[in-house]
Amino acid sequence: MQTVDDLIIRIGGEAGMGLESSGVGFAQALVRGGLHVFGLPDYHSRIRGGHNFFSVRIARRPLYSHTEPVHLLLALDPETVRRHIGAVVPGGAVVYDEKDGLPDIPRRTDVGYFSIPLAKLAEEAGGSAIMRNTLVFAVAAGLIGFDPTYIESVARDNFARKGPAVVDANLRVIQAGVEASRPFQADFPFRMEAVPDAPRRLLLNGNQAFAMGALAGGCRFVSGYPMTPGSPVLEWMAAHAAEYGVVTLQVEDEIAALCMAIGAGYAGVRAMAPTSGGGFSLMVEALGLAGMTEVPVVVYEAQRPGPSTGLATRTEQGDLLFVLHASQGEFPRIILAPGTVEQAFEAGWRAFNFAERYQCPVIVLSDHYLATSVRDVVPEDLNLDAVVIDRGELLTEADLDRLEGEYRRHAFTESGISPRAIPGHPKAVYASSSDEHDEYGHIYEDAENRRRMQEKRMRKLETARSEMRLPTAYGAADPDLTFIAWGSTYGPMREAVDRLNGQGVRARMLHFTDIWPVPQDVEKLLVGETIAVENNYSGQFADLLRMATGHTVSRRILKWDGRPLSPEYITHHVSRFT
Amino acid sequence: MVTIDDFASPVRPTWCTGCGNFAIWNAVKRALAQVGLAPHQVMLVSGIGCGSKLPDYTHANGYMTLHGRTVPVATGVRLANHGLRVLCTHGDGDAYAEGLGHMLHAARRNIGLVDIIQDNRIYGLTKGQYSPTSDRGRVSKTSPWGAFELPVNPIALALAAGATFVARSWSGDLNHLTATIVRALGHRGYALIDVFQPCVTFNRQNSYDFYRPRVYNLQDDPDYDVTDRMAAFARALEWGDRIPIGVFYQVEDRPAYEEQVPALKAGPLAPRPVEKLRPEQVQRLLEEFL
Ligand SMILES: Cc1ncc(C[n+]2csc(CCOP(=O)(O)OP(=O)(O)O)c2C)c(N)n1
Ligand code: SF4
Ligand SMILES: [Mg+2]
Repeated sequence: MQTVDDLIIRIGGEAGMGLESSGVGFAQALVRGGLHVFGLPDYHSRIRGGHNFFSVRIARRPLYSHTEPVHLLLALDPETVRRHIGAVVPGGAVVYDEKDGLPDIPRRTDVGYFSIPLAKLAEEAGGSAIMRNTLVFAVAAGLIGFDPTYIESVARDNFARKGPAVVDANLRVIQAGVEASRPFQADFPFRMEAVPDAPRRLLLNGNQAFAMGALAGGCRFVSGYPMTPGSPVLEWMAAHAAEYGVVTLQVEDEIAALCMAIGAGYAGVRAMAPTSGGGFSLMVEALGLAGMTEVPVVVYEAQRPGPSTGLATRTEQGDLLFVLHASQGEFPRIILAPGTVEQAFEAGWRAFNFAERYQCPVIVLSDHYLATSVRDVVPEDLNLDAVVIDRGELLTEADLDRLEGEYRRHAFTESGISPRAIPGHPKAVYASSSDEHDEYGHIYEDAENRRRMQEKRMRKLETARSEMRLPTAYGAADPDLTFIAWGSTYGPMREAVDRLNGQGVRARMLHFTDIWPVPQDVEKLLVGETIAVENNYSGQFADLLRMATGHTVSRRILKWDGRPLSPEYITHHVSRFT
Repeated sequence: MVTIDDFASPVRPTWCTGCGNFAIWNAVKRALAQVGLAPHQVMLVSGIGCGSKLPDYTHANGYMTLHGRTVPVATGVRLANHGLRVLCTHGDGDAYAEGLGHMLHAARRNIGLVDIIQDNRIYGLTKGQYSPTSDRGRVSKTSPWGAFELPVNPIALALAAGATFVARSWSGDLNHLTATIVRALGHRGYALIDVFQPCVTFNRQNSYDFYRPRVYNLQDDPDYDVTDRMAAFARALEWGDRIPIGVFYQVEDRPAYEEQVPALKAGPLAPRPVEKLRPEQVQRLLEEFL
């Protein structure tokens, strides 16, 4: 027996088997048991059938990434064994349903094969074969020596709404799973016991963290059209709308979604439209409307691989230069790309402050990997006390009462920011226009006015630049290799840096969350050998840095198969050129 | 007391002399004054087109947005602040070409907007292409063989989509136009007013002289029942020598969208202060993930 410091359990089966929900429930139990987890769903864009899996990585130290090997494979169908047996480490094991038998799948000799009548036991104990997802996780708990009472506590909470009969059925299934694991415990060498009395921690994904941050940041209007992986933000907000006073609505298309959010922003409410790249494509013209009429609005764009429908349930960082340049003409916009649950939460409220301070659209660029993978954090990491609500140069009722002369919504100012009045005050009656306009908002084609108005708007970007955060540095202080990462690659990159430093390669990561405008003085950090690491085909951020700073990265490590970068993928590529 | 002069803007209209937009502009101001809505209590939302310049010529809150997107922007304004009376003024291209889907969804949503369509049955601002309401066979720069398509029927479409107020008026009758807008302003949900607006420059066919002998007022018939949807459909299909104007349909039995939104029960959103969550709210949120 060995207590390992890193253990990965993967459950696989078809869509409709409840892999993700039971996997998240199991991860929740592990967290309650004082362990750290990183949970990664992998599923097809279909409701039934296909091959789906969910991996839970477990450790006694905080985790930031998934990794590739598997210690325990929970196979709800033979296909899972076929596809994933190669990932199982020597000494690891496969739990499969006795009824599947695995007759024609070649067996490895360095892996344990544990045949358990999963469906039958679930049926007997809980009354339904579907509950074998819960049962198989209880088997896993038994095998790794994890106290099943934590699984029971999660089941009690999750099924309380469905009544005591359902709770009891689940508890019996968990018991049956633990019993069924007993004959195999001696044959499974890896242990990961609970850490009693550990501090309580939260388990959540990037979508949830972002939505919570937005809510805490005063977002009170959300309009959207369903599209994976962005729409869970609309769903989460709708679930909290009545309690927190948020208007949420599902509308006819993404054009309407952003136009409504812009209307709400114009009227003075913190508003956003969550979507993915396809929906963002429809929002492009409206983005320019917000730019031209200086309306604060937030777009949450959770990327998935394109072009077109692409891979609906997979990940990529392929939309960066698109969102940067989307819409005709030139106007200021701010782009944030959180990389972790904590950063997603922060981006939630920071986005609204930027939007109101600079009176421009703010795009939060997420992706399927960040949006859907779950991680545990201590409650203090989602620091709700640190939330700041800064509405920028917003005129108060009292300011407006004192206003002399006609209100100039788009007044020329040094910072480019024109003090904003929310429509409704008798002294600040104005109409803004998507046509070029004068300081009052009236349509005006004068060349000199155009020049000054365009300069005024673009000046906001320069003002904003000084506020953008420089990348966080992680790893060796005096590096041989500097990796440049942005957005969701934070976790895999951070772990790759740890591994490289462990191997004696002095490595350091510069991770960007504040993408545009490119933070002031960033070029001072871009020295020596730099390697861009991105989940796309061309290295778009590296190109952006070259455009903005003149710095040319030495190499690029890229991945565009629709799957996230892993620490192994990165270190493997590094080893090829060091 | 609110008067028409309160809506006077320093900007002079650039519409052609004789353009039907002048009457619509006057009717909007007269109607607002009549119901006592001051410039800061309303928002005029428009798109892009000749007619959509109306807010620029009017001293009132306004927003001139994108071609075809008038209604969704106005919907956002209304939901953010239902203390403002929101009116849309946009052309037939804006409303029934790029914006048609939005119109149908606004109707079924029953969002509280007064949606005035400046229907000149031509594209004015882009100088004379045929529009969705142009007659079949209409010759224009982009339909040199005559339009092959049938015109849309906005009245029937709005009825089919579930609109609770559907009306038509025309620029040749300022009093009727004003009265129709006044009535729409008193309606609680979505109110569509399609206004025949002669374009003296690019649409010589559908002129004042074309409409004057043809239009008749539905409300002149004491037996016409505005709550009878089938009757409204029948009149919506009437076209030719006699063209009905007036209120085709009006029912108040369906709440406006904004009346049903839980977050809006406590009053309009926009004037509320944006505050940090209270400690007990924070606690409840965090507990969801423990
Ligand atoms: C997305 C987009 N497409 C096309 C245009 C060009 N455009 C401006 S106004 C207009 C049509 C105007 O017709 P209508 O809406 O009927 O208004 P009118 O000028 O007749 O009052 C068009 C096509 C535009 N501004 N935006
Ligand atoms: S072109 Fe037609 S619609 Fe436009 S202003 Fe002239 S008359 Fe009016
Ligand atoms: Mg027109």
